Amino acid sequence: MDNLLSLVTFIPSVAALILMIFLRGEDVFAQSAAKWVALIATGMTFIASLFILSAFDPSNTDFQLVEDGQWLLGLRYRMGVDGISVLFVMLTTFMMPLTILASWNVTQRVKEYMIAFLLLETLMLGVFMALDLVLFYLFFEAGLIPMFLIIGIWGGKDRVYASFKFFLYTFLGSVLMLVAMVAMFADAGTTCIGACGDSGTALLNHSFSSESFSILGIHIPGGMQTLLFLAFFASFAVKLPMWPVHTWLPDAHVQAPTAGSVVLAAILLKMGGYGFLRFSLPMFPIGSEVLTPLVLWLSVIAIVYTSLVALAQEDMKKLIAYSSVAHMGYVTMGIFAANQQGIDGAIFQMLSHGFISGAMFLCVGVVYDRMHTREIDAYGGLVNRMPVYALIFMFFTMANIGLPGTSGFVGEFLTLVGIFKANTWVAAVATTGVILSAAYGLWLYRRVVLGDLIKESLKSITDMGPRERFIFAPLVAMTLLLGVYPSLVTNIIGPSVEALISNYDAALADGHAASQIAESTN
Amino acid sequence: MIQADLNVILPEIVISVYAMAALLFTVYTGKDKMAGMLVWLTAGLLTIMALWILATGNGNREAFGGMFIDDGFARFAKVIILLSAAAVLVMGQEYLDRRGILKFEYPILIALSVVGMMMMISAGDLMALYMGLELQSLALYVVAAMRRDSARSTEAGLKYFVLGALSSGLLLYGASLTYGYAGTTLFSGIYQAASGHAPLGLLFGLVFVLSGLAFKISAVPFHMWTPDVYEGSPTPVTAFFATAPKMAAMGLLARVMHDAFGGVTADWQQIMALLSVLSMFLGAVAAIGQTDIKRLMAYSSIAHMGFALMGLASGTVFGVQAMLIYMAIYVTMNVGTFAFILSMQREGQPVTDIASLNNYSQAHPARALAMTVLLFSLAGVPPFLGFFGKFYVLRAAYEGGLAWLAIAGVIASVIGAYYYLRIVYYMYFGDDREPLQAGKSPVLWSLLMVSSVIMLAGIINMFGVETMAEVAAATLVN
Repeated sequence: MDNLLSLVTFIPSVAALILMIFLRGEDVFAQSAAKWVALIATGMTFIASLFILSAFDPSNTDFQLVEDGQWLLGLRYRMGVDGISVLFVMLTTFMMPLTILASWNVTQRVKEYMIAFLLLETLMLGVFMALDLVLFYLFFEAGLIPMFLIIGIWGGKDRVYASFKFFLYTFLGSVLMLVAMVAMFADAGTTCIGACGDSGTALLNHSFSSESFSILGIHIPGGMQTLLFLAFFASFAVKLPMWPVHTWLPDAHVQAPTAGSVVLAAILLKMGGYGFLRFSLPMFPIGSEVLTPLVLWLSVIAIVYTSLVALAQEDMKKLIAYSSVAHMGYVTMGIFAANQQGIDGAIFQMLSHGFISGAMFLCVGVVYDRMHTREIDAYGGLVNRMPVYALIFMFFTMANIGLPGTSGFVGEFLTLVGIFKANTWVAAVATTGVILSAAYGLWLYRRVVLGDLIKESLKSITDMGPRERFIFAPLVAMTLLLGVYPSLVTNIIGPSVEALISNYDAALADGHAASQIAESTN
Repeated sequence: MIQADLNVILPEIVISVYAMAALLFTVYTGKDKMAGMLVWLTAGLLTIMALWILATGNGNREAFGGMFIDDGFARFAKVIILLSAAAVLVMGQEYLDRRGILKFEYPILIALSVVGMMMMISAGDLMALYMGLELQSLALYVVAAMRRDSARSTEAGLKYFVLGALSSGLLLYGASLTYGYAGTTLFSGIYQAASGHAPLGLLFGLVFVLSGLAFKISAVPFHMWTPDVYEGSPTPVTAFFATAPKMAAMGLLARVMHDAFGGVTADWQQIMALLSVLSMFLGAVAAIGQTDIKRLMAYSSIAHMGFALMGLASGTVFGVQAMLIYMAIYVTMNVGTFAFILSMQREGQPVTDIASLNNYSQAHPARALAMTVLLFSLAGVPPFLGFFGKFYVLRAAYEGGLAWLAIAGVIASVIGAYYYLRIVYYMYFGDDREPLQAGKSPVLWSLLMVSSVIMLAGIINMFGVETMAEVAAATLVN
């Protein structure tokens, strides 16, 4: 199969096209047809993506299953996976059928809903596979459109505000990246991320100038690399999101429908972390080094501050959204620790957060479907009526806190080990986040699930049905599996991460040697 | 000699002769009863001319001692002008007919103004330039005021005429200064006089010529007429203003700057960059408060002209290529968007209020989807073609040493995204209210669909427009 990656990427959009053209009407039959088509398409995508995993050779650190074709104006249609991206592809294909299942109760404009999610899947997969700068941007940006519509059409009360904020915030972040991409294209003469074509030039082995200069009297250490880094940072930091540009996330999460929140938390946020690993660190090593302290302290602030903010939330989704920001703080911290444990941990944390936060939002969705409120105060004592729900919610709360035995623990532990080696102070402050996450997690659980069932409205609430149990089963399995057997992930990502770090260190050594020579000649 | 000259301008001659013959014929026969037929006939002729130019044109030819140039650049722009004029003609036919303002002069005037535009694009001399420009403008002044019993339409026509005359005055003044200091009106002569150390008077001439042309493309600060004229004119005429004349004026600007003032690139680059950044920001900011979709499109076109100018401001061959691609995409998007606007109606009356689009997507899902594609494309959001237009001009600007302009441009495009999103918001997020009717015109429907499909399918290889623009740009810059 030469075109396996394109096949996986475009199965969902073909299904979307089929729905768009052939399905008419809004009756019950059309609705369930739309749901089934979407479910089958996402299921097929998952099965097809298993072939990617089986064809993937972890010991090879190059891009694999590469497809390459001429595109416009020196751009290329080039797809491929390496150890860093392959698991994100799997995460996406794994989560999508579950999100479709979780949307089974949607009654309003079902066809359009499914089309939006299917197109979104194509775009997300494209982001993780694209090996051309502009192709990456294309997928990265285009994902905003379906998400904008998902929040805006099927969202809650303040959906309009949230969707505009989401779109414009992320759009502003990414257009700066676009200018940086134009600059990189002009400088390197290619948009290939890995070596491609006959020339063998590629962004990954092009070294951008790191000579310091001044603009308008401001001295810029690291020169062009620092500027490029900042432009990419603007985009990825908003996407991830990092403190202080995270404010769109709670709004978007709260207003989005359950499935939208799941996709947002489980996959879309990961694009930022993936971007740091694919672009910032390997392409602008000097720039990264210059700005690492900034990134690390922003991460620590995110971990501690947003955890505290989470404690004060009245809305379940908002609380989990802030907890996501805190968990993403571990990710950036691990990435910019720039050592094996740190980056392994960051990738692990992203995957694990995909399952756990996805599941947390689904847990909120379960009670929201029944009571149509997300206010924490509206609940209490659910354990009396919903034992299975209580168990599952308990499990994922623990995983979110980072209890050993769940995947949440491995990610947090590895990133903390990594950062401890790189910067002890940052590690010390970040560790307090572990305690805070236990505080808001357990308190949320206590207020929603435990206690006596005194609220009249909750007296007739029903426990999870078979469909809902079925959605959670694979998530529980993955969280446990990765928690007790983390090598499953680290074996795949290990070699690629190792190569990334050795290139990074070599580039830094070169850069330092060059600057020393420059100083001695002056 | 004269035989060869006439050969070069054959397409222009054919259209002019056709226009005059059609005028005579209809005056002595059915007058307005013939108008519907005449619209289709004219559109057909323009399309045939476009295909003819596309099929037969090659090489560089000059006529009348260099006053008329037929090169790749001219042909590229002419094809776009002809095709978009044809599309706009057929688009508006039903709209005008229903409102009883489909006069037989309409297609004839459009044909004449197209001749003027073709003349502008091919001008190799300041006299030829002015002749083309005035032919184009005079025809447009009349069609803007075509709805005689409407105060707004007459106002639009008058405003357009007065300000247009002012800009022509500026242009003529600049042309006379240029002639005075260069000693010739031929572009090739001016090029020689202006290379190296150009006399100050010549630069004054350049600035005046540039201002006059900036009026025509409605670049800030010469944009004031645009929103009123767009709003006041009958919608089919607005659609025409937004497409072909913009391409013509932009092409003329590129021609004059490169062919005549190519030696003093650094001098006009700054002016161009300033016009560009002002247009992008004003177009983006001023459109936010608009409630009328035609006014909104006026500001949108100002912003888009700013982006196209960004390509020209780079002063390079690649910049011209980027501008041509940008304009081709812009014109396609506008044809589709105006096809949509023309179809907006309630109980047979045209509606241009944005808020009336409330809940549109439920009543007309296919149209709403196509319009959404166009709006995102106008906003420059990938994966649509509009993004690639922006990508090209950004690249041109960056490589021309104008990184600041590129950064300003993308920030303006974020601001601009807001008002495009607002239309999507009305169409999709709105609450239940009686939605608009869409009319039954198959022409509008198919133009809307075709242009939105192009926005998506075009990203695969742009249908070869990219290479054509490259060839075209290469012939221009010497």
